[in-house]
Amino acid sequence: MNEIEKKKVIWRSRRGLLEVDLQLERFVRDVLPGLADAEWQRYADMLLLSDNDLMDYLNGKAQCPDPYLAPMIDRIRAHQHTDLA
Amino acid sequence: MSVPVRKFDAVIVGAGGAGLRAALQLSEAGLKTAVLSKVFPTRSHTVAAQGGISASLGNVQEDKWEWHMYDTVKGSDWLGDQDAIEFMCRQAPEVVVELEHFGMPFDRLENGKIYQRPFGGHMADFGKTPVQRACAAADRTGHAMLHTLYQRNVRANTQFFVEWMALDLIRDADGDVVGVTALEMETGETFILHAKAVLFATGGAGRIYSASTNAFINTGDGLGMTVRAGIPLEDMEFWQFHPTGVAGAGVLITEGVRGEGGILLNANGERFMERYAPNAKDLASRDVVSRAMALEILEGRGCGKEKDHVLLKLDHLGPEIINHRLPGIREIAIKFAGVDPIKDPIPVVPTTHYMMGGIPANYKGEVVAPQGDNPEVRVNGFYAAGECACASVHGANRLGTNSLLDLVVFGKSAGNSMIEYIKTERQDWKPLPANAADVSLARLARLENQTGGEEVADVRNAMQKCVQLRAGVFRNDENLAKGVAEIKAIAERAKRTQIKDKSKVWNTARTEALELDNLIEVAVATLISAEARKESRGAHAQDDYPDRHDDEWMKHTLYDGATRSLSYKPVHTQPLSVEYIAPQKRVY
Repeated sequence: MNEIEKKKVIWRSRRGLLEVDLQLERFVRDVLPGLADAEWQRYADMLLLSDNDLMDYLNGKAQCPDPYLAPMIDRIRAHQHTDLA
Repeated sequence: MSVPVRKFDAVIVGAGGAGLRAALQLSEAGLKTAVLSKVFPTRSHTVAAQGGISASLGNVQEDKWEWHMYDTVKGSDWLGDQDAIEFMCRQAPEVVVELEHFGMPFDRLENGKIYQRPFGGHMADFGKTPVQRACAAADRTGHAMLHTLYQRNVRANTQFFVEWMALDLIRDADGDVVGVTALEMETGETFILHAKAVLFATGGAGRIYSASTNAFINTGDGLGMTVRAGIPLEDMEFWQFHPTGVAGAGVLITEGVRGEGGILLNANGERFMERYAPNAKDLASRDVVSRAMALEILEGRGCGKEKDHVLLKLDHLGPEIINHRLPGIREIAIKFAGVDPIKDPIPVVPTTHYMMGGIPANYKGEVVAPQGDNPEVRVNGFYAAGECACASVHGANRLGTNSLLDLVVFGKSAGNSMIEYIKTERQDWKPLPANAADVSLARLARLENQTGGEEVADVRNAMQKCVQLRAGVFRNDENLAKGVAEIKAIAERAKRTQIKDKSKVWNTARTEALELDNLIEVAVATLISAEARKESRGAHAQDDYPDRHDDEWMKHTLYDGATRSLSYKPVHTQPLSVEYIAPQKRVY
């Protein structure tokens, strides 16, 4: 994935729901830059989910049924808890 | 510099519920319709609306649009325009059934009709007893509405310009609207979209506050463009708040937490609600709790390094109750506040939710502005609908589930008005003025060449802190006067923002700088409008003037951006067909 495609992915992290914005913002800032291209692609594909599904997965209210996307959801979820002392 | 021009019959900015409903009307009438959106349409903030959409269908209990109208007028604290409110409540059953026919998956009764649930403020028989009026699609009503309308638009050949940001409104020498300038993020190019009619459906601007439930995209772009084009904003002092959002994040903590025994503490560890409401304490009404929290912060008893929040303590309830009776709260607190409420209190602050004011419009969706003695002269070719517009149906306070209704009723109405206008008054495009894109190009050039300026995020944070502290739930003369002075100084700083990334495509830093230009206009309008209103009405609770004063203040505020001055216009007291609902004290 080239730099331009990565910048597009960052813009597409802007969502319709605040709860999703906040979680993606933190992940994009702290984790995404260090990931390999394949993981960037997985993240980009995850962004195609609808906001409500994405929120339910990120909040643990539902399990992401797609085995390809689920590890990315887990990764973002895990990162949200790292601020906790 | 020449800017490429594209021509459409109608251009719509914003692809939430209002924009999509209007676009459908126009496209199905055979007009060439473009819809611009910063994000993919189904990711508009309409998706966040869960509660439902109100309509007096009477599927569960007897209901009448007159009762719905009464509730809305009362909710608005008599600042709503009664012609627009009648129009909306009468249209409600028709537009909801229409959505059903479009395929929106409403919850149903056994007999197949749309199920209706109870909701705060929905009453039968002119405020006497609760009635079930809210139609919903599980807890995803906004989501279902967006998907339904988007699919219908695709079928109707609406042309979507996704990931385009509108920059400025184009008016000609007559003051008529002839199009917009817009930036395509994928190429970084600026375009002129030349139109016979333009609709703004750009949503709210909650991001002017540091604590807001609004998504990041809610930056009041339509309002900023309107002010820059010399058209005023209406009733910008009125914002709806929720008492407990997570400080620094805005995610709401349900009021059920206090119902289960959660208590609020200030920096001294004092349960301060005992002072403000000795009987109800932490279970006092929303506005009482919000006001007390804001006052504690303002008087220096806020918590944290910035002393900008209070604490919601739950740990005394024990893990059992927290885990079982308050599902999701622990997750929210851990995720967005970084605290585990089983051990530590949650930092909370009153949080803004909805903007009642906006671009002055009538019930036809036409934008109206003062000219000479007439406060409401139509701006030819310009329309507004949804949260960005002030029709005004919400007045000083919005009734729950009327926001989704507003989107479809006024989206459709504006669409119809635009069709009529294009067919009868503007069959051909009015010529573009010379250098129609100059304002936008100058804004972009400034960002490109700015040196020695401030970071966008720093100025935005300063603005958000100021608006939160000075124009939040607690308002008085002294605090608002300070806020006006502060926000004017911050607006000067916003003129000199600087971005490091000067790249052309997918430049989020540039987009955020352009968004700040819009936010700051809304922030200044909010402070100046709020400072001037010397009464309390609906969501504007002014501590120095605790009562509503209808003789002097039953009027709409109009804020002019060029002079930063205010004028006023009367509330429409004459409904379309029924009797005027005269002011009463607003008690529930």
